Amino acid sequence: MPHDIEKHSHSLLPSDPELKVKALETALVKRGLIDPAALDEIIDTYQNKIGPKNGATIIAKALLDKNFKKALIDDPMQILEKHGFLGRQGEHIKVVENTPEIHNIVVCTLCSCYPWPLLGIPPTWYKSDEYRSRVVREPRKCLSEFGVTLPKNTKVRVWDSTAEIRYLVLPILPDKYKDFDEEHLSEIISRDAMIGTALIGDPS
Amino acid sequence: MSRVHDMGGRYGDGAIQPASINDKNFKEKWHSRALAVTLATGSLKQWNLDMSRHARECLPPKDYCAFSYYDKWISALANLLVNKGVISADEFLDPIRKTHPLSSRKLLAADVAGVLSKGAPTSRSVVDSPKFLVGQRVKTRRAVNKFISGGHTRLPKYVEKCEGKIEIYHGAHVFPDTHAHNLGEQPEHLYTVSFLASELWESPENPSDTLCVDIWESYLEPMNVP
Repeated sequence: MPHDIEKHSHSLLPSDPELKVKALETALVKRGLIDPAALDEIIDTYQNKIGPKNGATIIAKALLDKNFKKALIDDPMQILEKHGFLGRQGEHIKVVENTPEIHNIVVCTLCSCYPWPLLGIPPTWYKSDEYRSRVVREPRKCLSEFGVTLPKNTKVRVWDSTAEIRYLVLPILPDKYKDFDEEHLSEIISRDAMIGTALIGDPS
Repeated sequence: MSRVHDMGGRYGDGAIQPASINDKNFKEKWHSRALAVTLATGSLKQWNLDMSRHARECLPPKDYCAFSYYDKWISALANLLVNKGVISADEFLDPIRKTHPLSSRKLLAADVAGVLSKGAPTSRSVVDSPKFLVGQRVKTRRAVNKFISGGHTRLPKYVEKCEGKIEIYHGAHVFPDTHAHNLGEQPEHLYTVSFLASELWESPENPSDTLCVDIWESYLEPMNVP
């Protein structure tokens, strides 16, 4: 069967991406196909309502409560629903636990799939060619660029999220933070720690 | 042949530039507009997620490499709008004020929260049982779309024709290779397959590191039992 969608009309738009978006937005608004107020609402949601705090809230809880951790690993969707963390690009979540034996890292080599409802807007580095191409082949070298060195005997497991399952890393809780309460702990669990490119307490 | 987006394992890319922890917002205002315009036009129901992914992959390689993330989004959206016959390319530079028949589907501000929190789950029920069991050895076939030459597929080139092990069974999910091309959802069983780094790379950092890739059933064949 032929492949018919390679017509490249995009080159007719202004090459400056800011003007490109503006031109498309204007054309669509004039035809009544998009509503500027809805655009503002979408932006407000991702700018102000969704972010890594969502992920950190449940990860902190899991690190302090064994039963919660088991439930989160066994049936994450039920817990996420309870917290109101469901949504676009978080329809099928799986939590993968770091141990002294295995360190997990998440990537999407084919595009940049990301658990938006739990981590918010993906950082630029996650979407970069450098990360997408290299982390599957040389994860330890990539980790070193984030300032992370793993113990020698720890194996790396890279999750390439090629389908609609989105992975969230449950990092190891260092002993020095074991007395933290949930709220304080959630404040030091970084976005990168839940992707697997940082450890808890890393300055990154 | 692969497309430009399928870059896992590629040589030549430089160092990653990690961000500061405060880098949690849109870097440029137009990034947020590009995201919002793309999501809002989804409500017109003229394409699905797999079609929009494929539209980004179909950008000419020189553009794909040069464009930033949201530039890819907005450029692919322009192509979708024209190729699906929603608007004409003439309107890009010379917009016309004429209500479109699809405007009744326009996403309204009041519906945004509902649409975003609902998402679009891809799990489906199927009659057939899964062919493979957790722990079973499998081999991937070539990373090409079987129906459409140059079409969409989600099997990365770096794991094609490789041996691995079924790690997790995820139930059946919409099949991107058909869904991206108007050939229906045709849900298939989906598995996480683990591959040893030593199976994938000539000189792995540690041969017992593993790669886990989510793989639809028809991308796999069972290993010959000796």
